[in-house]
Amino acid sequence: MSQVLTTTEPVGRTLPLRRPRLPRWAAPLVGLVAAAASLLVGLVADWSVAGIVVVAGLLYVVVLPGWSLLVENRRSATDRLFSSLVWTALAIALVPLISLLYLVISNGAKEIDGQFLTYSMRNIVGSGGGIYHALIGTLMITATATVISVPIGILAAVYLVEYGGGSRVASSLRFLVDVMTGIPSIVAGLFAYALFEIFFGPGVKMAFGGGVALSLLMVPIVVRSTEEMLKLVPDELREASYALGVPRWKTIVRIVLPTASAGIVTGVTLAIARVIGETAPLLIIAGATTSVNTSLFSPQTPTETLPVFIYYSYTQPGLNPQYSVDRAWGAALVLIVIVMILNLLARLLGRMLAPKSGR
Amino acid sequence: MAKSIDVSNLNIYYGDFLAVEDVNMTIPARSVTALIGPSGCGKSTFLRSLNRMHEVIPGARVEGKVLVDGQSLYDSAVDPVEVRRTIGMVFQRPNPFPTMSIYENVLAGLRLNNKRLRKAQADDVVEKSLAGANLWNEVKDRLGKPGMGLSGGQQQRLCIARAIAVEPEILLMDEPCSALDPISTSAVEDLIHSLKDEYTIVIVTHNMQQAARVSEDTAFFNLAGAGRPGKLIEMNPTKKIFSVPDEPATEAYISGRFG
Repeated sequence: MSQVLTTTEPVGRTLPLRRPRLPRWAAPLVGLVAAAASLLVGLVADWSVAGIVVVAGLLYVVVLPGWSLLVENRRSATDRLFSSLVWTALAIALVPLISLLYLVISNGAKEIDGQFLTYSMRNIVGSGGGIYHALIGTLMITATATVISVPIGILAAVYLVEYGGGSRVASSLRFLVDVMTGIPSIVAGLFAYALFEIFFGPGVKMAFGGGVALSLLMVPIVVRSTEEMLKLVPDELREASYALGVPRWKTIVRIVLPTASAGIVTGVTLAIARVIGETAPLLIIAGATTSVNTSLFSPQTPTETLPVFIYYSYTQPGLNPQYSVDRAWGAALVLIVIVMILNLLARLLGRMLAPKSGR
Repeated sequence: MAKSIDVSNLNIYYGDFLAVEDVNMTIPARSVTALIGPSGCGKSTFLRSLNRMHEVIPGARVEGKVLVDGQSLYDSAVDPVEVRRTIGMVFQRPNPFPTMSIYENVLAGLRLNNKRLRKAQADDVVEKSLAGANLWNEVKDRLGKPGMGLSGGQQQRLCIARAIAVEPEILLMDEPCSALDPISTSAVEDLIHSLKDEYTIVIVTHNMQQAARVSEDTAFFNLAGAGRPGKLIEMNPTKKIFSVPDEPATEAYISGRFG
């Protein structure tokens, strides 16, 4: 056998595995050279920072694939061209995000102190005061919306996945949920106002109404994310449970929902993060005030929220505009921090609840 | 305690499609019955109709009679949940519950059916079931670890332990070894041998040697062609099927001259 192999092997021929390759430091080197060249020319010709960055990027995208085409082959050059384009797209997508964070932090960070977080705006003209009333209002209204939406959303998703299947009711429900996802938030506010006006008369301002308006926006998000998560639970697990003589409802409660819990929690948290910054519906149904309101159900008491606080501080700054605008930036930073904490919590909970596969 | 199964004139449908036609057979108690036949001939469908798992699929239904210990499974007064508590099932692919530890997986059937167990009792059930499934020695030091962390063969034996922990009368196995290596397969086969003193076992298998090794009786299913229903061709003692089968189709399939 081995004799046959040695004789059929052509002598002196090697496999074409080795080709000339660019060194590993080629990409950073080109990047460095492109940046330096662009900076040099830019300083001489007096370009703006943005211009220098754009020219450096263009140089990189042209030079690296060109060099690769000369030394390597066509396929490698195309590969390098597309990877540089992908990286460029990523950088462009990050620009607004980072500049927004930079702007909010640089404008808002100096505002945040003990007084800002614990004082309301009652009887404040000019400097001083804080966002305590808006913070309480936002937390109260968002918590109300969550308490309303999560049970409704999860149960509706359970119906869609476990009971509805492909039935006509389920598919029309799915369609309606999709339509609801696209409802403009101001319409949700108008709906809540019209609803509560029936019971409490015109001019109703009620924190609970704000919660209802936000829950209208939240329910479809919770339904869709929970539905996707429940669909990911393999049918084998349901069958395993049925085969043990476990009834259907208990299979859903004890097997299906726990298996999907990590994703459900993440979806709920993202839904909260989505509605916590809503302004328009709360302007209509929750109103605006400078005082702390902790009453959820009082029909004539307006409740301030962070987005509404930001809106009025910026659009109606009063006699001494600078103080009011600064407070708006501070409130914006607090809102972003709350959303970030929610996202971190979602990740943490998701990791804790995820099915374990460790050995 | 183990029960025999009498099947008469059983037709099994998916919607309007007749999948298995007119099955008549008697599965004796406390023995192993193997179902063999080509893919798509309705062995698994037939097996699932024996504990009313077939109807879990939307549109699936059954006509005819399945008698277990003289009671008709498809009687309107029969609760499918009760049927499945009496007739356990092991699936082709291991499917331990991912949110549960090994210990909880074994107890899942009892816990989810509201059986209150004291700690000592629960420990006994877990040890007995895992020992019965030939897995106790491999996992006794890590009962609190997730069931998904075991190897494929261990997961399958965990699923068998979970099925026998509820002490069913009958155990249905749907190609339990098709995803396992020869060593795990041999462990599962040893397990089937030791279980048949207490349980009635019905096993679907594609492995003819396995059918010959583990079963007392063998039923051969075949289908006339694509889109046609599967049928029971022959049921006889395993020794007879593998030496002098009654039907030429059986002999052709067993000797590899299929089709």
